[in-house]
Amino acid sequence: MSRQPHLLYSEVEDDLRAAVRDVLADRCPPAAVLARVEGGEPYDPALWRVLAAELGLAGLLVPEKLGGQGGSAREAAVVLEELGAAVAPTPFLGSAVLATSALLGCGTADAAVAALLGRLASGEATAALAVPLSTAAGDAFPASVRVDAAGRLTGAVTTVADASTADVLVVPAVGPDGPGLYEVAAADAAITPFVALDLTRPPADVVLAEAAARPLPAADAAAALDAALLAGAGLLASEQLGLAQWCLDETVRYLGQRHQFGRVVGGFQAIKHRLADLWLEVVSLRAAARAAADAMASGDAAGHDAAVAVHVAQAYAGEVAVHAAEEAVQLHGGIGMTWEHPLHLRLKRAKADQIALGTPGAHRAALAPLLALPA
Amino acid sequence: MTTGPTTEEDLRARVRALLDAHDPAAADPADFLRARFDAGLAWVHFPEGLGGLGAPRAMQRVVDAELAAVSAPDNDPRRIGIGLGMAAPTILRYGTEEQKQRFLRPLWTGEEVWCQLFSEPGAGSDLAGLRTRAVRDGDGWVVDGQKVWTSSAHNARWAILIARTDPDLPKHQGITYFLCDMTDPGVEVRPLRQITGEAEFNEVFLSGVRIPDAHRLGAVGEGWRVAQATLMNERVAIGGLALPREGGMIAPVAAAWRERPELRTPALHDRLLTLWVEAEVARLSAERVRQQLAVGAPGPEGSGLKLAFARLNQQISGLEVELLGEQGLRYGDWTMVRPQSVDFYGRDAGYRYLRAKGNSIEGGTSEILRNIIAERVLGLPSEPRNDKDVAWKDLPR
Repeated sequence: MSRQPHLLYSEVEDDLRAAVRDVLADRCPPAAVLARVEGGEPYDPALWRVLAAELGLAGLLVPEKLGGQGGSAREAAVVLEELGAAVAPTPFLGSAVLATSALLGCGTADAAVAALLGRLASGEATAALAVPLSTAAGDAFPASVRVDAAGRLTGAVTTVADASTADVLVVPAVGPDGPGLYEVAAADAAITPFVALDLTRPPADVVLAEAAARPLPAADAAAALDAALLAGAGLLASEQLGLAQWCLDETVRYLGQRHQFGRVVGGFQAIKHRLADLWLEVVSLRAAARAAADAMASGDAAGHDAAVAVHVAQAYAGEVAVHAAEEAVQLHGGIGMTWEHPLHLRLKRAKADQIALGTPGAHRAALAPLLALPA
Repeated sequence: MTTGPTTEEDLRARVRALLDAHDPAAADPADFLRARFDAGLAWVHFPEGLGGLGAPRAMQRVVDAELAAVSAPDNDPRRIGIGLGMAAPTILRYGTEEQKQRFLRPLWTGEEVWCQLFSEPGAGSDLAGLRTRAVRDGDGWVVDGQKVWTSSAHNARWAILIARTDPDLPKHQGITYFLCDMTDPGVEVRPLRQITGEAEFNEVFLSGVRIPDAHRLGAVGEGWRVAQATLMNERVAIGGLALPREGGMIAPVAAAWRERPELRTPALHDRLLTLWVEAEVARLSAERVRQQLAVGAPGPEGSGLKLAFARLNQQISGLEVELLGEQGLRYGDWTMVRPQSVDFYGRDAGYRYLRAKGNSIEGGTSEILRNIIAERVLGLPSEPRNDKDVAWKDLPR
């Protein structure tokens, strides 16, 4: 039977949260995020420098001997809760989680892998994992990029998270020797942002035309990619948790102040019951997201228990975050429908997150064989 | 509370000592349970001398696992759930030393079963409106009234009871909490048949029941506050049961799915997986609340657990009947029986479906629980009410 997960936050995790929250309160207020979005450059390099270098978040998951913090998924999850609450436009998920996890899966004995991880950990460079954001662990290895006899990469990858701000791409590609992972300088690729639903993490399309590439020697590239996608999915649940909690808190705060019919709007039972139900969903997601992070941190991140915990959290998180954002819009009334109010940034992120790294339905389907509940 | 052992090794040593002195295979089960209580291994978070060691609540698992491994007799917690989950924590918190010494040991060993005399025909969700009267008479009280939805009343030796002692005060202030002897000649228990066909609950008629003042729990007029402790514990007891993964209501559905491939359809598959996930998330939430409560008393979080538990039990049992198809058209037995214990998961799918309807009513309806969460957790305004500052006797009814 599965081990009992530790579902609370440690003191170290509380301190980390406070530090991230301070930086975001200071440098990432809602008006600033909206202004950057409107300016067409959502990513804030100055904010990322502080988070990456001063707080060490870029290398949170990188071992200390490679220049990172040697942290675990439990800590990365806490960071994502705060980044999700603020919908902070940073490449933490794409670079510090997805690309970093793929590189760690390649085995850090290789000098090129170790060097790249060191650059990412220091914040000197950021990376993106060149897969469509909708890719789920367990999907077939992507075949849209081919490796030619000279080792160059040609092909296209659509909707890559955090690609437009990346210096390096980690590209899954199929060559004469089968599936592999490759390092490509962003400068050698055509990276085109498109008009995205999610304004604070807009993905970009990537085209490679005989791009120079360095092979990353993974013993099993498909397994390394799967592990990275699973880690990303598990941690994304914490981003969704932070976002959902923000929507609940902000709605309760607003409805506790607004008066109509001579009463506080939050005092109407029809409203109270909806918020109570939403509260229950959010505390439930907290347990599920903590269980996933704890399972991944416990050592056997690729094992059965971790996979079940991640798929459970993702099957649940997508619906809860979207519901929280939708309820927030509805219960705010007209103001929730305005461009000026920061709510819509959460709704757009929540809806994109529901697709990211596998829909809830895909994660339920992935559970079926793990639970011996076949279709 | 005295400081007890806090290491697992200490607890294991105490279990070994208990087992050395009382062979679990040979000892009379009641003797064994009394010895376990006296060794402080009944509920380790209780104080020394009252069945515990003042240890963290979470460490009970160590004891339970050791004793389960040797098949030691247990106290059949399902039979005495009201005593364990509701009466005991309330007596521990509000009881006199004498009351704790008198009641907790036989309560825990199961020698004395407890029931709860709270709800009335005219006081359900509005429990504080209750009209059962307790009138002072010398060194005791005389109680008259009617209670309802009383599980285990037909087996119970004792009851926790709330009654009105001052009708001239507003309703929450005129209530007092008592420990009522169910063998008193003024107590009459009648079965109350429910939609499952059986009579798990009872109506209890109280006619001139005498209760010594020594069996009052808490101060006169403080009964509502004391009852809050019981109700908070009740919601945790109902919603916070520690289940293994795929335990509880989802277990028989998953088993039927595995054993009977001919029942499977794509639509049912996605619903099954959706509910499996929600059941697992609810299990993790309950575990998280338990970790938060490892020391300390239940807060309003318990209301959330119970809300989730009720909704899930209803949806899962509904799916089970539908999944079974033709077999779902059959029902085990409508005969009126009076079961020895409360069983949410027993019998057949039809029973589970019908019994689960009570989960969103008993121990606080889901609507009341949503009010509690909105007001006590989220800090939203209370419902407007016109009964708060009016003497109970002057309320419209």
